[in-house]
Amino acid sequence: MAEHIVSSYDNDLQALRRRISEMGGIAEKMLVDAIGALVRHDTALAQTVIASDKRLDLLQREIEENAILTIARRQPLAVDLRETISAIRVSGDVERIGDLAKNIAKRALAIGSDFQPQKIVLGLQHMSDLVLGQLKDVLDAYAQQDTARALDVWKRDGAIDALYTSLFRELLTYMMEDPRNISFCTHLLFCAKNIERIGDHTTNIAETVHYLVTGETLAIDRPKNDRSIDASSEVGA
Amino acid sequence: MSTIAVNASSAIGSAAAADTGVPVRIAVRNLEFYYGDFRSLKSISLDFYDRQVTALIGPSGCGKSTLLRTFNRIYSLYPEQRAEGQILLDGQNVLSPSIDVNELRARVGMVFQKPTPFPMSIYDNIAFGIRLYEKPPKSELDGRVEEALRKAALWDEVKDKLRQSGMGLSGGQQQRLCIARTIAQHPEVILLDEPTSALDPISTGKIEELIEQLRSEFTIVIVTHNMQQAARISQFTAFMYLGELVEFGPTTKMFMNPSKKQTQDYITGRFG
Repeated sequence: MAEHIVSSYDNDLQALRRRISEMGGIAEKMLVDAIGALVRHDTALAQTVIASDKRLDLLQREIEENAILTIARRQPLAVDLRETISAIRVSGDVERIGDLAKNIAKRALAIGSDFQPQKIVLGLQHMSDLVLGQLKDVLDAYAQQDTARALDVWKRDGAIDALYTSLFRELLTYMMEDPRNISFCTHLLFCAKNIERIGDHTTNIAETVHYLVTGETLAIDRPKNDRSIDASSEVGA
Repeated sequence: MSTIAVNASSAIGSAAAADTGVPVRIAVRNLEFYYGDFRSLKSISLDFYDRQVTALIGPSGCGKSTLLRTFNRIYSLYPEQRAEGQILLDGQNVLSPSIDVNELRARVGMVFQKPTPFPMSIYDNIAFGIRLYEKPPKSELDGRVEEALRKAALWDEVKDKLRQSGMGLSGGQQQRLCIARTIAQHPEVILLDEPTSALDPISTGKIEELIEQLRSEFTIVIVTHNMQQAARISQFTAFMYLGELVEFGPTTKMFMNPSKKQTQDYITGRFG
């Protein structure tokens, strides 16, 4: 893309991109550390995750303010307008991802070193690895304006939903086995749900990348494999 | 007025025609324009839709004003300027020598960048235009003047001083007076050549509001250097560069997601 005649316009847009990429880095690390804290009962690490969220919130606010200023000052059109609006959207999604990671870290603290079935923890770890891959890919796709890569992320979210459904079933079984399991199982269930939600935010970002590059909105229906609603009725029956 | 079916339509100029369903008012076909030896319009083919606002945008010297000036043949005041090709207004070629130019200019009104009130009263500014072509009785003339001033959203501001000079009005009022003068002749098409570039934001807003209202009655073509203005007030936008039509389409598409890189570079301020 050629540069603007007014070079400070380019600087404004670059500053938005830079902040988004910083937010992405922080959110990725928060997710890795939150799961690490959960798996290894590492309270110090969980505290770090909780503390990181402040920086993320601050960056999001800065991006929003600067994007609004850019609209007011320069009345962006076409690709510039899409880029400005996309920055607002993506920063919102990444900020939510940070919140969800922080929530996992809080639950890691709450569970402490209670008994955790290894199988579930491994399942969570696996799910989180998948989501992390998605998050990395979609942030790269955003940075490189690569709509094919974004579309790939968008399509792969079904796998995460499927994993969530199976974890959900397993946790329900544990809870029914012994009411003493309910407390930590609920926490783990929320952790799984949080990871699944992070996956949804990565697909939102993928949709934004597609819009940013092509100017068109993706079809509403995304492949979904979250069967937890059906699963609960089956188990409860 | 009829919908015009012209076979020789260019791919660019009629790109939007298929899905709009709006009848075409002016069909430009293979239009060439020369200032002496200089070819300033290169085979322009473009449709202007009935009772829609079409904005012509492009850098200075791209030919947008030249194109506008062909519609009422105002260029023919200058002997070294000539146009070739076809401009079909309701199916009739306005470039044809058999066309009565005065009648054409009543059908295709024009408002310029700088307000051009005549050095006469507000009333006479409007009446003058009408009397050029018609000789209505005084009572009817009064009605026509009022109607034109009302449609130009100027009546309330000038109704008590119709006998005062038009030159005493503010720039924005003078421009609306010129629009009223054009409307009074009951044209089909109104051409606006950068009508707000000499006006403050409030007056500009009034003109834009006026254009939106006039759209229900007239086909409007506006040349503007203000991208946001084109985005605000037009339904269709044509981007021209170096005498050629680069892209034409619905305004929303042109300003949100243009097809051509040149268009994008221009509207986003990247033109090298």
